[in-house]
Amino acid sequence: MNTDKLIIGKKEFNSRFILGSGKFSLEMTKTVIENAEIEMATLALRRANNAGSENILNYIPKGITLLPNTSGARNAQEAVRIARLAREIGCGDFVKVEVIHDSKYLLPDNYETAKATEMLAKENFIVMPYMYPDLNAARDMVNAGAAAIMPLGAPIGSNKGLLTKDFIKILIDEISLPIIVDAGIGRPSQACEAMEMGCSAVMANTAVATAKNVALMARAFKLAIEAGRSAYLAGLGRVLDYKAEASSPLTDFLQD
Amino acid sequence: MKFNGKEILLEKDVILSEFLKTMGYDASVIAVEINYEIIPKAEYDKTLIHNSDTMEVVNFVGGG
Repeated sequence: MNTDKLIIGKKEFNSRFILGSGKFSLEMTKTVIENAEIEMATLALRRANNAGSENILNYIPKGITLLPNTSGARNAQEAVRIARLAREIGCGDFVKVEVIHDSKYLLPDNYETAKATEMLAKENFIVMPYMYPDLNAARDMVNAGAAAIMPLGAPIGSNKGLLTKDFIKILIDEISLPIIVDAGIGRPSQACEAMEMGCSAVMANTAVATAKNVALMARAFKLAIEAGRSAYLAGLGRVLDYKAEASSPLTDFLQD
Repeated sequence: MKFNGKEILLEKDVILSEFLKTMGYDASVIAVEINYEIIPKAEYDKTLIHNSDTMEVVNFVGGG
C-alpha cells in the first residue's frame, strides 16, 4: 500500500503528476489522463458561446480532482471573479490562481497573486498560486492562506525546463507547503529532476500536448515523476570531486 | 441586453432557466453572472432577466 501521499488542503493524492488539459482534443484528453494516471487536472473558464457543444467535463473521468485556473485574469479582482464563477459550476473548491498582465513572457504578477490568494482563502477556496519563485513572495502566499505553491520552472509553454532551479530549491527548503513546479517543464527528465530535489509534484501541459505521441509522453511523465519521487525518498548518493572509488572489489590475485 | 459581450434584443422579461434552455445550454455545466453577480443554480427558476441586463454564461474548457 502506498503511504506516500501528496496532501493539498485536506485532500490526499497518490499521483504527483498534475496535468494541464489545454491544447488536446476532447477525445485525446481522456486518453492522456488514463495514460498519465493523474488524479488532478487543470481547466480554464471561458464564455460558453457554443451552447449544446460537447463539454470537457464529459471527457474527464470521475474521481479526478478539478483544478480550475484563473487564466486571463490581469489583477486580483479578476482572478477572484473567475474563481467564484468556476466554483459555481460545482466541481469543488480548488483553484489555481494565475494573474498575468504581460502578454510577451506570460510571467505571473506575484503581488496581485498574493492578494487574490488571500481573498479566495477567506472564502474557503483551496488556493494554489502560480508564481515566480521568489522566497519573500512565497512567504506572502503562505500568510495569505495558500494550500500549495506553484513556482514556474520557465515561461509558460516554453518547454525550457528548470531554469529557476536554484530558486525553487530555496522554496523547497524554506516553505512548509507542497512546492509544485508548474510551467516550463519540457521533458520527463526535467520533471524527474524537480522531484529528486524535493518538489511535491509537477504540473505539465505543453510538454505532453506538443509531443508526437501524446499518450506515450503522458506515460513517460508519470514514470519520470514516480522515479524522481522514489529517488528523493531514497536520498541521492554522494558525489566525489576529482577522485574515484571502485564499485567492484579489486582482483587482488593479479597483484601478487 | 448584453449577452456574452454581444448586444441581443430581449423583447420581454424571461425566466433565466427558460432563457438558458432556449439558447441550448446544459445548466449543470455552466455558471451565470448577471450584472456582475453570480446567480446560484437554485435561483435559475426564480430569476427574471431583462433587456437592460448584462449577462455572462461561462463553462470549462481545456487549459493549463
